[in-house]
Amino acid sequence: MPFSKENPIIVQVLGICSCLAVTVKLQPAVVMALSVTVVVMMSNLFISLLRNTIPPRIRIIVQLVVVAMFVILVDQFLKAFAYDVSKQLSVYVGLIITNCIVMGRLEAFAMSNKPLPALLDGLGNGIGYGIILIIVGFLRELFGFGTLWGYKIIPDSFYNFGYENNGLMVMPAMALILVGLVIWVHRSKNKDLVENE
Amino acid sequence: MKKFTNKYIYIYSTVLVIVVAAVLASVSMLLQKPQEKNIVAEQMQMILQAANENVERTEAEELYNKCFTTELGVKSNGEIVYKYVNGKQEQGDKRPFTLSIKDEVKKYKNGDKDAVLPVFIYNKGNKETIYVVPVRGIGLWDEIWGYVALRSDANTIENIVFDHAGETPGLGGNIKDDPSFAASFVGKTIFEGDDYVSIAVEKRVGKDQPHKVDAITGATLTCNGVSDMMKSGLEFFVPYFKSLRK
Repeated sequence: MPFSKENPIIVQVLGICSCLAVTVKLQPAVVMALSVTVVVMMSNLFISLLRNTIPPRIRIIVQLVVVAMFVILVDQFLKAFAYDVSKQLSVYVGLIITNCIVMGRLEAFAMSNKPLPALLDGLGNGIGYGIILIIVGFLRELFGFGTLWGYKIIPDSFYNFGYENNGLMVMPAMALILVGLVIWVHRSKNKDLVENE
Repeated sequence: MKKFTNKYIYIYSTVLVIVVAAVLASVSMLLQKPQEKNIVAEQMQMILQAANENVERTEAEELYNKCFTTELGVKSNGEIVYKYVNGKQEQGDKRPFTLSIKDEVKKYKNGDKDAVLPVFIYNKGNKETIYVVPVRGIGLWDEIWGYVALRSDANTIENIVFDHAGETPGLGGNIKDDPSFAASFVGKTIFEGDDYVSIAVEKRVGKDQPHKVDAITGATLTCNGVSDMMKSGLEFFVPYFKSLRK
């Protein structure tokens, strides 16, 4: 299952770049997770439907065109119906095109499998990606701003006792460290993932 | 593996690209209206916020039309070229709200005397008249902009709102996210006697400084950008403000 043992971020280590960029707060992380899920699902489905007609020599270009189409569609819909979030995500919606998960799944799975499994594969990978994004976004917003989804969580009395928001959490570097910690915890629970020398 | 001829590849890629282009073009046309509406509503919401009217974006247009009955298009020499009152064009051929602030500010910075910027005049019941003007500049990473609201003396800041395209969240981004930054401008004045001085954003500003506010820690370059933006942005309107002060 791509949620845990084949998770795109913490096991396959794909899609790290956007994981750093959009996880400062929880809300953009969730919207980004949804967008990526939609794009991976739909392009997996389409490529799988077309897989027998795609000439292998231009398959990467065909994949890219299909992915680009869905990314632009998602971007347009966000701009029309979720304007605030689309502004927060800014260029990162467009950068879903370059997200390694999308092309990776198309190449590795959709090109050689039937449409339904491909659709489910896309869904699974999208969710696997989303879980990590949400964990990281949750921690960064909570400790970086003391809020969640924009609402204040850490009460003022804490601040009066000298508690301060952790500015490091706001920086992209912290996202990488958090992902590293998640991988650590995950591997200690799944010993079979640990490579033995 | 199946063999594909060159001809097949050419036809395949052409058809694919045309189909994708058609889908994207039609979706873009369908969604253009709601997208433009969002942008207009956002601008109105910001202008309202500058005049201390906080509303949801969906209600922004209605309230805007109620409060901002007069829009002017002003040149940098103070001349009024466009006038739009109560939904009617009274002077010139362009509604000031539709002016592209980005393009006009650029024109002004290039020394073009024909640059026109809007002034939004707040008039609600018997409340004090407020003049809202746009400013635009460069932050650390990308553009920053804002609306400055002046009281009827065309000197004292009533309120101010900032927004940015890509400042660092938690640092430079706080010009928008931290309300206390914008609030620190309230009550400051842009004129000293008859001389224009603007409002500078500096480090360790003491109390009772009428033309200075405190910078945000860790966001020096963004704050310098705000400082420059205020200086050059408001300078454009100085002749117009002076005509109001007489």
